[in-house]
Amino acid sequence: MTAVAQSLRAHAAWHWWEFALIAALLVSWLLLPSQALLLNEIAILALFALSLDLILGYAGVVSLGHAAFFGIGSYAAALFAKLVMPDPLVGMVVAVAAAAASGALCSVLILRGTDLTRLMVTLGVASILYELANKLDWLTGGADGLQGVVMGPLLGRFEFDLGGRTAYAYTLAVLIACLLLARKLVHSPFGYSLQALRDNRLRAGSIGLSVNTRLVVVYTVAAAIAGAAGALLAQTSGFASLDVFEFHRSAEVLLVLVIGGTGYLYGGIFGAIVFKLLHDLISAWTPQYWNFWFGLFLVVLVLAGREKLMRPWTWFGSKA
Amino acid sequence: MSSVVLETRSLLKRFGGITPTNDVTIQVHKGARHALIGPNGAGKTTLINLLTGVLEPTSGSIWLDSQDITQLAPHLRVRRGIVRTFQINQLFSELTPAQSLALTVSARLGISGGWWKPLGTDPRVAPACEKLLAQFHLMDVMNQQVKHLAYGKRRLLEIATALACEPRVLLLDEPVAGVPEGERQEIFDIVNALPTDVSVLLIEHDMDLVFNFASSVTVLVNGAVFAEGSVDSISNDPRVKAVYLGESEHA
Amino acid sequence: MLTLLFDGIAYGMLLFVLAVGLAVTLGLMNFINLAHGAFAMAGGYITVLLMNRLGVPFLATLPLAFFGTALIGAVLEPLLYRRLYGKPHLDQVLFSIGLVFMAVTGVDFIIGSTQQNVTLPAWLQGRFDIEWVGIGKYRSFIIVVCGVLAVALQWVLANTRFGSQLRASVDDPRVASGLGLNVNRIFLLTFAVGSGLAGLGGALGAEVLGLDPTFPLKFMIYFLIVVSVGGTTTLTGPLLAALLLGIADVAGKYYVPKLGAFIVYTLMIVILLIRPQGLFARAGGGK
Repeated sequence: MTAVAQSLRAHAAWHWWEFALIAALLVSWLLLPSQALLLNEIAILALFALSLDLILGYAGVVSLGHAAFFGIGSYAAALFAKLVMPDPLVGMVVAVAAAAASGALCSVLILRGTDLTRLMVTLGVASILYELANKLDWLTGGADGLQGVVMGPLLGRFEFDLGGRTAYAYTLAVLIACLLLARKLVHSPFGYSLQALRDNRLRAGSIGLSVNTRLVVVYTVAAAIAGAAGALLAQTSGFASLDVFEFHRSAEVLLVLVIGGTGYLYGGIFGAIVFKLLHDLISAWTPQYWNFWFGLFLVVLVLAGREKLMRPWTWFGSKA
Repeated sequence: MSSVVLETRSLLKRFGGITPTNDVTIQVHKGARHALIGPNGAGKTTLINLLTGVLEPTSGSIWLDSQDITQLAPHLRVRRGIVRTFQINQLFSELTPAQSLALTVSARLGISGGWWKPLGTDPRVAPACEKLLAQFHLMDVMNQQVKHLAYGKRRLLEIATALACEPRVLLLDEPVAGVPEGERQEIFDIVNALPTDVSVLLIEHDMDLVFNFASSVTVLVNGAVFAEGSVDSISNDPRVKAVYLGESEHA
Repeated sequence: MLTLLFDGIAYGMLLFVLAVGLAVTLGLMNFINLAHGAFAMAGGYITVLLMNRLGVPFLATLPLAFFGTALIGAVLEPLLYRRLYGKPHLDQVLFSIGLVFMAVTGVDFIIGSTQQNVTLPAWLQGRFDIEWVGIGKYRSFIIVVCGVLAVALQWVLANTRFGSQLRASVDDPRVASGLGLNVNRIFLLTFAVGSGLAGLGGALGAEVLGLDPTFPLKFMIYFLIVVSVGGTTTLTGPLLAALLLGIADVAGKYYVPKLGAFIVYTLMIVILLIRPQGLFARAGGGK
């Protein structure tokens, strides 16, 4: 095999640490049954961050409203379980479809304009959805949220237990499935064309790539995955509330991804783990003012340099 | 008579009170080696932007192979064979040369939308990349991210990327800008070695390179066609000299 | 209905003064400062605290709110913001979100989360009743003050040396600095004045919009709407956008209260869809 073919092959090959990570995830279900609820939360957050990585890390679209699709997935799954049928997998499919459709629709909004325009539009959409969910309280429960979502057993056999073990297994399965799918995507020509789009939109068009089509596709896929994460939240916690659309949630997932690192697909998982642990640690100490430390962390992170965070060897002044 | 492969008819671009392209009608023949010269601000790059669809004309039309492409989107023009290089490198900073070229080749082959198999598994991709990397002396840096490459290598990649699209009409916007004297000829040798059915329109300031490479010349001044003809007639045209000399007097 | 229009105009003028600093920061330093609302909040709190705890008369607190906030801005700009000018927009967004959260929780911690009350001096309370139209005195005051500010800003921009230096720096900072303009100083002054104006707007708006620690987050989107719809290349763009937004919001909340802010958000999205660079920006600008 020629050097070029080898080089291209090497980029797509599985690295040892990818296997190790997935193995660790699976093992965590076996070995940490008492932490299943916490792990479930981490996994849902990781999935949400993974979906953001596709549009931010790979396609270069800065979104302040990604929670819109998370929320749509959440409410769609909750409403479906309450009003139609409680089967979790069917509900998941419905939620993902709803989120994907919304993503396709909204993708039109991010095609043109500057970074600020995109920021505003994504923020606007999430805000509109928040308002809608708030006002349509006969459907969504308004500010109280949609309560009493009782899920049927998974695959007809596994009941959702209070300890969260079934929930975590379910979430893990979805997370790993989406991870594998996303991996295929980013190593393919399509995935590289996204990166080209991110690095130099002008040149991407100049080598014959259709920029708009790609943006629509990746935005739809990212919305679908975010919707899956939202659906998991609703299904495993038994309710859906307005905060799924809140600005805070969009800001949080952005930070999670940035902590873990954008553009290599696993940043969402690492970031979710670090973030959740930090969050629980700090909230235990100062529950009311968690946001202050969250804010301080953001400020310090940006001033010191984002890319340095997950590379401790660069913390004390060395070559990048 | 050789056939006209690319032409503009009364192409006009006006915005904000200036008219960077003023009623330009030019023809590029098949296999041409045609240079576009003119003082700074003459509108040469604007013309390239119009030809590639980056800018929309105010009026006039652009024809490729006798088909009107004035309304055609930029990426579709590339697929029809009009490819350009940029005066300032426009590269994909996080990718490597190998990946950039592999992507470009995949785009040319129409498989850039594939999402299941990894980049480069199609057996046609790697050999095409190999050829370009070798031709442009990029083999030794093919796995480095573009953002870490030296300027000279980036310039080579800039042109290699355009060639990876297998252009029928190649628009070169000052291809040796910023490249040290000794390396310029290398680039021109590569361009000279292009197949004869590829038509080349070249913007260039270095007159030696123009006269070595081109067989016909269009002179653009203030957005309009000032003079046109063979290299010999243009190089001896007193009006053209006056335009350039006049410019250097005020420079 | 005319009262509604009048209220909408007052709201719009207020939004303009609040958001103009943001527009200039974005246009000048290409910096997306989501923390702009925190400066407005600071001005509001300066006024409220001076009035309620120290008994300073309302009118006197206004210039103090302006200068106090301008001072905060003048300190933060070289200390923090300046390091981030060249950085990608994502970094700026993250940074300013961080600042907002710190400001919001900080104020909550120090002062508490209850709404602050502003007792307007007697001559500003009440209404003029002209025929069938009730015109609030305070709202008239706001319109007058903000109008004067808008005119003054436009005059400074067009007729002073600083104004042309500012415009040159907005057009091209590198060329401006090459021409010997002290771009750093221009940025500092502009940022300080923009923050000061936000503070003044916060002080003026405390009675109308309400003041509590969540103010920056609540109104952030409104400021951003003004800037993205109005564009950053002119002063009249944000002014008109702010007026449009003010009137639309007031009218929307009156006629269709069920939908609330929904109308404003939708309007913004529609506008940005049709003209992504904003309603009033020069075409072909921005990145």
